[in-house]
Amino acid sequence: MGGYARYVWPCYALSALVIGLNILWARRSLRLAQLDARRRMAALATAVAS
Amino acid sequence: MAWVWFHRFGSPPHFYRLARRLVPWFAWPALLLCLAGLIGGLGLAPPDYQQGDGFRIIYVHAPAAWLSLMVYVVMATSAAVGLIWRMNVAHAVAASCAPIGASFTALALITGMLWGRPMWGTYWEWDPRLTSELILLFLYLGYMGLRNAIDDVPRADRASAVLAIVGVVNVPIIHYSVIWWNSLHQAPSVMKFGRPTMPASMLLPLLCMLLGFSLYFVALLLTRARGEVLRRERNARWIAAALEES
Amino acid sequence: MSTPQVRFLAAAASLMARDLRLAMRRSGDSLLPLAFFVVVTTLFPLALDPDLSLLRDIAPAALWVGALLSSLLALDLLFRDDAQDGALEQMALCGQPFAGLLLAKTAVHWLLTGLPLVLVAPLTATALGVPYSAMTAILAALLLGTLALSLIGAVGAGLTLSLRRNGPLLALLVLPLAVPVLIFGARATTLAIQGESPSAALYLLGAIAVLAASLSPWALAASVRIGLE
Repeated sequence: MGGYARYVWPCYALSALVIGLNILWARRSLRLAQLDARRRMAALATAVAS
Repeated sequence: MAWVWFHRFGSPPHFYRLARRLVPWFAWPALLLCLAGLIGGLGLAPPDYQQGDGFRIIYVHAPAAWLSLMVYVVMATSAAVGLIWRMNVAHAVAASCAPIGASFTALALITGMLWGRPMWGTYWEWDPRLTSELILLFLYLGYMGLRNAIDDVPRADRASAVLAIVGVVNVPIIHYSVIWWNSLHQAPSVMKFGRPTMPASMLLPLLCMLLGFSLYFVALLLTRARGEVLRRERNARWIAAALEES
Repeated sequence: MSTPQVRFLAAAASLMARDLRLAMRRSGDSLLPLAFFVVVTTLFPLALDPDLSLLRDIAPAALWVGALLSSLLALDLLFRDDAQDGALEQMALCGQPFAGLLLAKTAVHWLLTGLPLVLVAPLTATALGVPYSAMTAILAALLLGTLALSLIGAVGAGLTLSLRRNGPLLALLVLPLAVPVLIFGARATTLAIQGESPSAALYLLGAIAVLAASLSPWALAASVRIGLE
């Protein structure tokens, strides 16, 4: 990298990290919302049944 | 005709299902484009006349900066749509934008600093781009802080929508004022990168990365927005059926 | 649905008179931001060097950062009391244009907290080594700047109305939006101190104040309505 390696590679590593973390974060957010919705539906079902 | 489409897309159950099907159509092309951009940018493009191989940081810095601005505009637009037409899906989209936009603004800042160190000799320069990015980060943090502080979700949606709209009007003003301010205090070695005269071998990978990042953002947004839509639909009947499918 | 029996200007005038009367009864409240401004600008010489020629260089920064922080502090006075005792809701429901009433309140607020700052600024500026020739420009710049800051801050105050202990959040919301005011205002001050014409910066500052004035009716009404829910 013509001597600039220690600036260029950290940039790419950091970008990969941010991209990857965002993917994980987004999927986690969706999963938590789905879990929460499932719980709500279950609570509604038991409330209706009783 | 367009209105029918608009209303269908705005309907939470339709959005929830459609978004799931759309994500791969954005995610895979994004991956391919970024790979192409990486190969082109790191391998095929020749070193820059002035900056040598250091210029290659542009292939992550420019897309990150582009994303930081584009996401803010998407956030403000969908917030406005949500406010005007009272669409939960639009508010869900706005809420999903913020963490993505904030993280890429931070990335743009850090990569900008790492680019600046070898080029200017210092990690920080008050040049218009970095300064505007910093203020944009504050705008994102303020938006997220306001959302966080209001417990009631619809109210948080509306309050942050007003903030986003006020902010988006300010973004060009802030940007212009910072450029004006900086032109008076011109740093001795301003980073000049001949963008109009960039050869195709350098430009093409950059375009690939810009497009790749944008498609990646859409995939991310659709994923997050699905969850946000679920949170806003308290006990609608479609949720039970939709959860079975996924 | 009753139609408003009172014309808007009469309603706004009586609202402004009421706000002024209330503020006069607790004059300490309105003087606090002013005192804060004076104290903050005094801190700069203490932190540096009492050499006036050096202070002259940082005078624009000290004056404008002080003005910005002082206007932030003053925002608490704008809506909080009326929100707590329900008066703000009455204003929203009374049939008069809500945005107009809120603008009237903001105008009184500026008269009580912004204008005194403008009038005191020449004194603090002199203490920071600013030459007399620069005073008219500084007065003009602070006049326009504090007006813009009051309007921008009012929107932030509306959004954070019902939140407790929202000082830092309000600052985080308002300060980035206030950056253009800071840039152009400080620039006008610097030019005036150096003996050059500040008109370009003053025009830009004026443009921002006008923009704030034209956009704030919608933003104020929307944010306060949401804050009152």
